[in-house]
Amino acid sequence: MKKNGAEIAVESLKREGVRHIFGYPGGVVLNIFDVLYDDKDIQLILTRHEQGAVHAADGYARSTGKVGVALVTSGPGATNTITGIATAAMDSIPIVVITGQVPTMLIGNDAFQEADVVGITRPCSKYNYLVKDIKDLASTIKEAFYIASSGRPGPVVIDLPKDVTSATAKFVWPENAELRSYKPTIEGNKWMINKAAEELGKSKKPVIVAGGGVILSGASDEIRELAEITSVPVTTTLMGLGAFPVSHHLSLGMPGMHGTYYANMAIQESDLLFAIGMRFDDRVTGKTDAFAPHAKIIHIDIDPTSIRKNVDVDIPIVGDSKVVLTELLSTLKEKVRPQWTKIREAWLKTIDEWKRLRPLSYQFEENIIKPQYVIERLYEITGGDAIITTEVGQNQMWAAQFFKYDKPRTFLSSGGLGTMGYGFPAAIGAQLANPGKTVIDIAGDGSIQMNIQELATAVIYKLPVKVAILNNRYLGMVRQWQELFYNERYSHTNLDVVPDFIKLAEAYGAVGLRATKPSEVDDVIKEALSTDKPVFMDFVVDWKEKVYPMVPAGAPINEMLFDETEKKDKKLKKDKIVVS
Amino acid sequence: MTRHTISVLVENKFGVLSRVAGLFSGRGYNIESLSVGETLEPNVAIMTIVTRGDDFIIEQITKQLNKLIDVIKVQDLYETDHVEREMILIKIAPKQADKAEALRITEIFRGRIVDSSQKTYTIQITGDEKKVEAFIELMKPIGVKDIVRSGKIALAREGTKGK
Ligand SMILES: Cc1ncc(C[n+]2csc(CCOP(=O)(O)OP(=O)(O)O)c2C)c(N)n1
Ligand SMILES: [Mg+2]
Repeated sequence: MKKNGAEIAVESLKREGVRHIFGYPGGVVLNIFDVLYDDKDIQLILTRHEQGAVHAADGYARSTGKVGVALVTSGPGATNTITGIATAAMDSIPIVVITGQVPTMLIGNDAFQEADVVGITRPCSKYNYLVKDIKDLASTIKEAFYIASSGRPGPVVIDLPKDVTSATAKFVWPENAELRSYKPTIEGNKWMINKAAEELGKSKKPVIVAGGGVILSGASDEIRELAEITSVPVTTTLMGLGAFPVSHHLSLGMPGMHGTYYANMAIQESDLLFAIGMRFDDRVTGKTDAFAPHAKIIHIDIDPTSIRKNVDVDIPIVGDSKVVLTELLSTLKEKVRPQWTKIREAWLKTIDEWKRLRPLSYQFEENIIKPQYVIERLYEITGGDAIITTEVGQNQMWAAQFFKYDKPRTFLSSGGLGTMGYGFPAAIGAQLANPGKTVIDIAGDGSIQMNIQELATAVIYKLPVKVAILNNRYLGMVRQWQELFYNERYSHTNLDVVPDFIKLAEAYGAVGLRATKPSEVDDVIKEALSTDKPVFMDFVVDWKEKVYPMVPAGAPINEMLFDETEKKDKKLKKDKIVVS
Repeated sequence: MTRHTISVLVENKFGVLSRVAGLFSGRGYNIESLSVGETLEPNVAIMTIVTRGDDFIIEQITKQLNKLIDVIKVQDLYETDHVEREMILIKIAPKQADKAEALRITEIFRGRIVDSSQKTYTIQITGDEKKVEAFIELMKPIGVKDIVRSGKIALAREGTKGK
């Protein structure tokens, strides 16, 4: 029996196991929306902006590992998805974005609502397609899911002209997608893995740096086993948070610009840096020439272009983190195990000393809410059992520092692109994929306004997402840079009028709660968690607070700035800590 | 900075050229010349790209090319014994007194006159870069009006391994 293109598209999505699509309609996707109208298996979540749809698909993907799907119309619908696609690309998130396109015979004519989507998305997607013939539709969808989710994952765009959705053809579903030109390397080179094992055995001061690739490949257990049997401390990048439990005694927390003192010191002092599924982003390395100056570097990554892109590597291993680590672990177990704990004893002691000297800290105050306090309370009250999404800015960094992530896929944040407006729609996607789970967007008052319209989506689909707004009335992170590096010239970072978030929440049919004093914080959190509606928690926090430690852009990562109030602390001076 | 000739086998589909070109422009790498054509297999095309960079850049370029979904194979011919050829069409307008000299040089370079008018000759020259450059240099004093270059094409020699 013949089907039309819209039916073929929907049927193909079902074959890929799709149950939810985030989308927004328009002229050229009407055929597909018509099929979805009474479809029993796929639910379309109507967002209020196409950017929201893509971020929601991304949050859905990050929290589950499944491919997230968005469906939008041509022209402005498609161009509205670009930030979402670029966000997913930078963080290697598997999503498929279907954009409607004007009929094939009009393509190139500057037709109404035409945009060159393949051209626009080429540099910000993993791959893209323009489907010109209905016979290619099913196989294109099959391929798109395969490309999005395999190798180094990423967003794939399918541009689908309207006439292709109305043409008819026999539905033929290819069971496999095979591309002769696309064969990701999964297994690591054995010889290199052996060398890595040898170096681990020799090193006195090793450190593991685990990135987002560990989460994508599901290698958390392997990292943990590796760390434990070889007694190597682990630092997790922003994208890797949750790959190794922060509460573990071998955890160093996050490295880099706003990383912990002990993670950065450990990297700089190490003699062996074992990088796994991370790509040496400049926010992690600081000045690359001065990064880990004494260390040999082992680097596992599935993407060969990540290796030796920013820093030179001694032992490169191209492959999937989980597969390579499994092999490495069996190699390590075969060998006579050296006295790991013994050879690392001095190193782990040094690290404990660093941890003791400069833990992550802030000055609690009775009368004004410190933003870090809010996050600590969120952690305590949820017992850490929550999916946290973030916006971008100080809120993101405090969320990374003060909530302790012990499980993968519980921290969803736009790391690579740094997209304000990501967290809220991503939380909606994560909530849809994880019913019953607590999902909290840790937000800034600036960022939340970038996709605030999605409150309607959360209310209508009964997705009880909680948003903790760290309301400092500023574009705080930019203000922090102006304070530290631009002589306190606060050019256009004061938001002046911040909306009344309580009234705003209520206007949408959600719940709004506010805390202005530390003593009110717990009540607000508890009340928010006990309501089954979306909640905006407006925490009016100290606007002066800054994120510390901080490595100025381009400086070596051991040159950290700390809170001045700490610097003045005499006891710390006596311990002779190099402050800058 | 060394110059590399990179041979890239790609799926012969629309849009592939822009993916390859975009890779270079998006990362600030320069393409000195580029030529594209079908291979024996009609759905496979071969691109010959001449580019410049230090070892790190060339390594990134070849890796990034390999990463493109439509790229089947990448070969940096710098490391391989290979033959390279380029074709130029050059239009000269010699003075009466220089005509014989122009024709003589063309002969020495095994060029062919492919078009002529009362005042001009269009000459076709094929060869490696040195030969082509030398020919252009010799023609300059005689009076060059126009040049088009095909861009380099290259093939590894049979039975050779990396240098
Ligand atoms: C879409 C977008 N525009 C601009 C920026 C630059 N930027 C980074 S942080 C920041 C301030 C964010 O303010 P807010 O959401 O209030 O967070 P805070 O730093 O105050 O916690 C800005 C403007 C960005 N990251 N994303
Ligand atoms: Mg703010």
